[in-house]
Amino acid sequence: MAIDWFPLWLSLKVAAIATGLSLLVGLWLVYLMANRNFRGKGVLSGAVTLPLVLPPTVLGYYLLVLVGRESPLGGFYERVFGSPLVFTWQGAVVAAMLQAIPLLVISARAALASVEGSYERAARSLGASNWRVFWRVSLPLARRSILAAAWLAFARSLGDFGITLIIAGHIPGRTQTLGGAVYEAVEGSNGGLARALVLVISVLAAGILWGANRLVPRQESG
Amino acid sequence: MIQARICKSFRPGPESAGFRLEVEFQVEGGISVLFGPSGSGKTLTLDAIAGFVKPDEGRILLDDEILFDAPSGVDLPPQARRCGYVFENYALFPHMTLRQNLAFAAEGSPRLERHRRVNEMLERFHLTEYAGRRPHEVSAAEKQRCSMARALIGSPRLLLLDQPGRGLDAGIRAEFYGLLRQVRAEFQMPILLVARHLEECFELGDEMLVLREGRLVQSGPPRSVAEGPADVEVARLLGIFNLFPVEIVELDPQRNYSRVRLWGHDLSGPYFPGKLRGDHVWLCVRPDQLDASTRDARPGPNQIPAQLIRSIETPQAVRLEFEGDLTVELSQAAFDQQKHNKEWVVSFPPQALRVL
Repeated sequence: MAIDWFPLWLSLKVAAIATGLSLLVGLWLVYLMANRNFRGKGVLSGAVTLPLVLPPTVLGYYLLVLVGRESPLGGFYERVFGSPLVFTWQGAVVAAMLQAIPLLVISARAALASVEGSYERAARSLGASNWRVFWRVSLPLARRSILAAAWLAFARSLGDFGITLIIAGHIPGRTQTLGGAVYEAVEGSNGGLARALVLVISVLAAGILWGANRLVPRQESG
Repeated sequence: MIQARICKSFRPGPESAGFRLEVEFQVEGGISVLFGPSGSGKTLTLDAIAGFVKPDEGRILLDDEILFDAPSGVDLPPQARRCGYVFENYALFPHMTLRQNLAFAAEGSPRLERHRRVNEMLERFHLTEYAGRRPHEVSAAEKQRCSMARALIGSPRLLLLDQPGRGLDAGIRAEFYGLLRQVRAEFQMPILLVARHLEECFELGDEMLVLREGRLVQSGPPRSVAEGPADVEVARLLGIFNLFPVEIVELDPQRNYSRVRLWGHDLSGPYFPGKLRGDHVWLCVRPDQLDASTRDARPGPNQIPAQLIRSIETPQAVRLEFEGDLTVELSQAAFDQQKHNKEWVVSFPPQALRVL
């Protein structure tokens, strides 16, 4: 039986890009919430974690409303990049980010909160701006925990199904990721393919988890 | 010069009692030591000046600049205050080498200038050979020097130190005292230091500020604070006195004479101004000013028979602890002549007596 490995490579690509972008967006959000006082900070902080508790299909629906072809944001994207976001692999990236960002933000906030306060105070008393304190002191001191969180976010992105299904569909050879491929194999009573894909995902996920656990610091500030 | 009035209240929480800091002081150049027991608000005072803690009320002035003023809402961030801060744990960035720690602090200046300053500081604080190491790879003494160099590299207008050298052994502490005196001599800026041991006040302080329960209870040169504690609480804090409740039974300003009654014995001393006969006061006398000797048939004037509990040898002297919390310090030689005494009397030289 010839197995089509396209969904695996697509999933890996989508997850890697989504994790990278989520790190940027997530850390920026964490910085904002830690250093700025603005109206709606509480709302933002709640909204960031909301995707963790909402059903993926609901999230997918919201996303569709937000970046669909008729929406201003979707229209803007289409004008800039020349193709719509929905039903493309880029859409799958956005879907994965929606799962990855909350995970990253929660872990990064916890990791940064556990950084010994005197390092940040010292940096500020030495004249470093909040931004520089964040990048040069807080983040490096929390880097292992944040990297571990990024690994988990990567694993989460790898296996996303619900949001991806709604926003990117599962068009074989174009937007079908691992989750979708498993779904289709099961639906089509293709037991051998389903077992092979499930095995691959499980091994990958277990490996990532093992890696993430090794990263979690025993003693971060030595 | 720093001038500060700081009020800060903390409501009692489920696991903490409430606390109110209310201090006002002004210090000029030199080293001023904030002295007090733990929980007296020393570090909080330091943090308010550095800008880490926002007071509820008050004003903080450094030279002519207002760092904080509650009524007008001025509250400079720590970055703009130019206060060097040396932390209790030194807070050297563990992921940077000593050189990088210094460079981080000098990043405001142009590259060449920064390089020059970092090298200059490394040399001045004898850190050049350790420059490439991380904080966990150097000894406590080097961390100490590096944190001092880092705090000073940006030419702060004020240096704050929070119990540096706490828990270090005597040799390294002595080295630190030397370092700080060198800094005082070479850098022209006021230094405010938090300390918990009287020894540090005497070693370093031009001025000491005694804090208790969030209040400033006495200030002045350490010598004068130690010789004239403002009240019995300060005397207790200093921990260098015998303190006994006594009654004044005679006062005579003409003859500069007074008599107090302690445990049914009369002790004569100098006239105590501002007191009345019959007042119940605290007799305050340093252990090294007392003398202990063998008991003759009848105790002489200003002698009180006492029951020895134990004798403890210290590096400088022998401490004799008698019943009733009476402590006497004798030199080793004096003690050697006396050590076979069965019964003791303690002599109170009249001029050593002071009442609070």
